[in-house]
Amino acid sequence: MSETGRHADVPEENLPSGRDGAHGDVATKENPFADPGLPPHEHRIQDIDEKAAKRSERTVALLFTLSMLATIGFIASYVIFPVDKIIYVWPLGHISALNFALGLTLGVALFCIGAGAVHWARTLMSDVEVAQERHPIEAEPEVKAKVMADFREGAAESGMGRRKLIRNTMFGALALVPLSGVVLLRDLGPLPEKKLRTTGWKKGIRLVNQATNLPLRPEDIAVGSLTFAKPEGLEEDDHEFNSKIAKDALMLVRIQPQNIKDKQELEWSHEGIVAYSKICTHVGCPISLYEQQTHHVLCPCHQSTFDLSDGGRVIFGPAGHALPQLNITVKDGYLEAVSDFAEPVGPSFWERG
Amino acid sequence: MKKLSARRRHPLAALVVLLFALAVTGGLYAAFAPADKAQADDTAQSLAIKEGKKLFAVGCASCHGTGGQGTSDGPSLVGVGAAAVDFQVGTGRMPAQQPGAQVPRKKNIYSQAEIDQLAAYVASLGAGPAVPGKEQYSKDGADIAKGGELFRTNCAQCHNFTGKGGALTNGKFAPALDGVDPKHIYEAMETGPQNMPSFGDGTLSQSNKKDIVAYLGEVNGDKTASPGGMDLGGLGPVSEGLFGYIFGLGALVAVAIWVAARTAKAKKS
Repeated sequence: MSETGRHADVPEENLPSGRDGAHGDVATKENPFADPGLPPHEHRIQDIDEKAAKRSERTVALLFTLSMLATIGFIASYVIFPVDKIIYVWPLGHISALNFALGLTLGVALFCIGAGAVHWARTLMSDVEVAQERHPIEAEPEVKAKVMADFREGAAESGMGRRKLIRNTMFGALALVPLSGVVLLRDLGPLPEKKLRTTGWKKGIRLVNQATNLPLRPEDIAVGSLTFAKPEGLEEDDHEFNSKIAKDALMLVRIQPQNIKDKQELEWSHEGIVAYSKICTHVGCPISLYEQQTHHVLCPCHQSTFDLSDGGRVIFGPAGHALPQLNITVKDGYLEAVSDFAEPVGPSFWERG
Repeated sequence: MKKLSARRRHPLAALVVLLFALAVTGGLYAAFAPADKAQADDTAQSLAIKEGKKLFAVGCASCHGTGGQGTSDGPSLVGVGAAAVDFQVGTGRMPAQQPGAQVPRKKNIYSQAEIDQLAAYVASLGAGPAVPGKEQYSKDGADIAKGGELFRTNCAQCHNFTGKGGALTNGKFAPALDGVDPKHIYEAMETGPQNMPSFGDGTLSQSNKKDIVAYLGEVNGDKTASPGGMDLGGLGPVSEGLFGYIFGLGALVAVAIWVAARTAKAKKS
């Protein structure tokens, strides 16, 4: 603690008044902030009364026994209850008897182990209070100096500075080893190459109703309706159906031609029937929350909203691109594609441009 | 004859003549009218349209126009068909209480006979889907598994995979489908009420719609089992996660606090 007299550069009047002066003697005899020490140890009833200790022991043993019984009950219910048995349990409703019994017995078994352990620790295990003293973390200066000296000695003995060839090749080896991990990342799959840019739609491919599996005619699609289509030739039991429909999925709506605001959309439509990709341009969720009065379609994942009467423009949400439209026409009374989508469908990717 | 003539001024004479005349008229009607049954049906139909027009003028015309042609407050009803009327009035959505993002379902105040008359009148304005027959939406002969598949492809995006409903944009929502009359579900698919797109027979065939209705009856019926119990609204991981965090973790924290708060000492401090 510094004394007032040592502050040579501080004016006298700014210093606190001296404690040893005759005036203002406020020093107290006892330190008010003294460490009160640990409170006297108090015993638990189980430490004093052997009967109480026995009682606690029985309680813990009872809890552990209950747990054992519940586990046996778990195994028994697994054997007894058929998978499809439904019972009514208030307030859960009509639920599976097996699920209910398994959950209940396993819950009781685990809870009793926990409760028994807690009761045991609190009433019977050692009650000695232990104080842990804290010391500064920083090492003593001598220790620090010793460590540094040892390090320098070790460095000199290894000859790192002298034998530069060994040092440099070692650095090279250490730098190259992680590359083996990087190379294995290639196993994440072959690159998609051009696959993201094209879909199964081509000139002359008919639009097939996904619900009825029949080629669509323009008169099937009423104003305000919503129809999902797939390319002709793609069947649901095809081996690659899922990976193909992920790009080819189409939604068809019919909007009064005078309500279509986008010129290209009108050109690519047939009497107000417009075909849009069903794959959101944000992260590729299937979107089809179509509001037929506003012509908005909403993505359930992140609420991107597209205006199907205005070229699939994004009007809300995180999507970065308008919804791709498929150019369609009618031939022999059936709807068919004029070409593939003009741009890649689905979410953006690195080389999309 | 003289006797009859003598009593012609009797006070009851007029009544006798009236009864005689009524009997003759009725007899003639009975003799000739059944000969042309279709004509009688037409009469019943035109009567329903006439009654429906009166009901329309009272309950609907202020928004939809006196001839159902539509105004700035309500769309034209020409060509919406009887099914649309049966759905909108039968579920209590129409007449609407107040304008808003969406007209909600409420208590229906019309009798089925009145709804049928209204439907007959609106159907007479222009051709549209008719009210489906019972066999079109009954469970008999429906493929429930196929219905589930179709529901998940065509309906689940808005109504949730077991028809519990969901949110749309700007205050609009897709209503829950549990407890809805199968007929009304069928009609909604056919007509596309409010912002719901329609699923006409070209989009979903009649048997497709029947399958979907049967699927909803199966997953939302009174006897529908929920094997895990407590489906928490059937909304999936969102409500389950929320419940787990709030009540599961909350209970654990509460127990931990309770255990630590009780002293094990013999003397309470």
